Amino acid sequence: MTDIRVVRDRSRAPALELTDVVKRFGSGATEVRAVTDVTLTVAPGELVAVMGPSGCGKSTLLHLAGGLDDPSAGTVRVAGRDVPQMSATERASLRRTDVGYIFQRLNLVVSLTALENVMLPLELEGTGRREAKRLAREALGSVGLVEQLDRFPDSFSGGQQQRIAVARALIGSRRLILADEPTGALDTMTGDQVIELLAELPSRHGTAIVLVTHEPRYASWADRVVFMRDGRVVDEAAPDGAPGTDAVRQRVGAPT
Amino acid sequence: MTVREGLLALLAEEPRYGYQLKTAFEAATGGVWRLNVGQVYTTLDRLQRDDLVAVDASGEQKRYALTAGGREALGAWWQATPVDDPPPRDELQLKVLLAIDRGPDHALAVITRQRTALTRLLQRHRRELRSNAEPALSEQLVADALAVRAEADLRWLDLCESRILRARNDAPTPTNGGTP
Repeated sequence: MTDIRVVRDRSRAPALELTDVVKRFGSGATEVRAVTDVTLTVAPGELVAVMGPSGCGKSTLLHLAGGLDDPSAGTVRVAGRDVPQMSATERASLRRTDVGYIFQRLNLVVSLTALENVMLPLELEGTGRREAKRLAREALGSVGLVEQLDRFPDSFSGGQQQRIAVARALIGSRRLILADEPTGALDTMTGDQVIELLAELPSRHGTAIVLVTHEPRYASWADRVVFMRDGRVVDEAAPDGAPGTDAVRQRVGAPT
Repeated sequence: MTVREGLLALLAEEPRYGYQLKTAFEAATGGVWRLNVGQVYTTLDRLQRDDLVAVDASGEQKRYALTAGGREALGAWWQATPVDDPPPRDELQLKVLLAIDRGPDHALAVITRQRTALTRLLQRHRRELRSNAEPALSEQLVADALAVRAEADLRWLDLCESRILRARNDAPTPTNGGTP
């Protein structure tokens, strides 16, 4: 299968590498193929948006990428490491140190303060409290939050809560951030601010981001936009035309 | 809108000279409408002929101001609401409708192609906007308008795709006894 990668920095392993990935749910007559033959490589420092209609497999793809689920076939590598081969402990460590998640809702632990929420992944990993606090303040500062960090999530606006979630996803120099509709609950201007913040991370920290969204507005911030339909990648868009685009189009059959 | 209404709107703020009107017009419209100064003077001549603008020729240059008639014409223009009814023919819409006529697979392929091109356009707009450190409000609003229109087309294409997929999935599948 043709690879559709755009590797900007070959000295480092791709942040994410999916090869011929298939994900089936159920079996026999009730079998559903959520993802079929998807090959996708995301380079360090690249922002890739994934779009497609409901049920096209984009959220499943994100779960596979983050090791929350295993593929039925194919390989999933994060920063060069084969995720399905990992033990439960290695996987937990991967989720705490290499991969950050941002969801539409339920991002934050309501009984912890903003600062404690951001410290959480580091503390689970065994970082000392003092150091975790220092890094959490730094991460919150980089998303523009420096005050009242001892307040609970409820007392922040929706946009501020997503900033806290971005800070938590970012902490500990993650290689890959997986964001599933992070702007879904926000108005357009606030959504713009959150995406702007996310879009700065690749150049500032070398973090790679996979952003699942159904909003073209937010997808337009991405270096590449990948379109899925019926579990397959059907096309991709880049402002200057990614090298693999025509290959993908050929594979799916261009209109004549 | 024509140049005429644009000039009336600018003169409502204060009396101005011809060249001033040209630069004010271009700034107010966010750089999407360039005027040559000849065009400005021709329009001012017509406005003067129709008693919508008065000229003060006492200084070195002619200075133009709104008359009561001009103010009234401008008020009528502000009140009027532009509505496309029936809407103009839309190239993208017609293309997709004709593609559906050739079958769902062809329609989906056409949608994919149009959507990729539109997304690229949106990505380019976004890059331009990001490279402009301090855009003027009018420039921002023009960029917003371009982006929002592309978004509207993209949303429509998404809806087409979803409806076509649903219709295809709901269609009865041929059984073994049926003709293929």
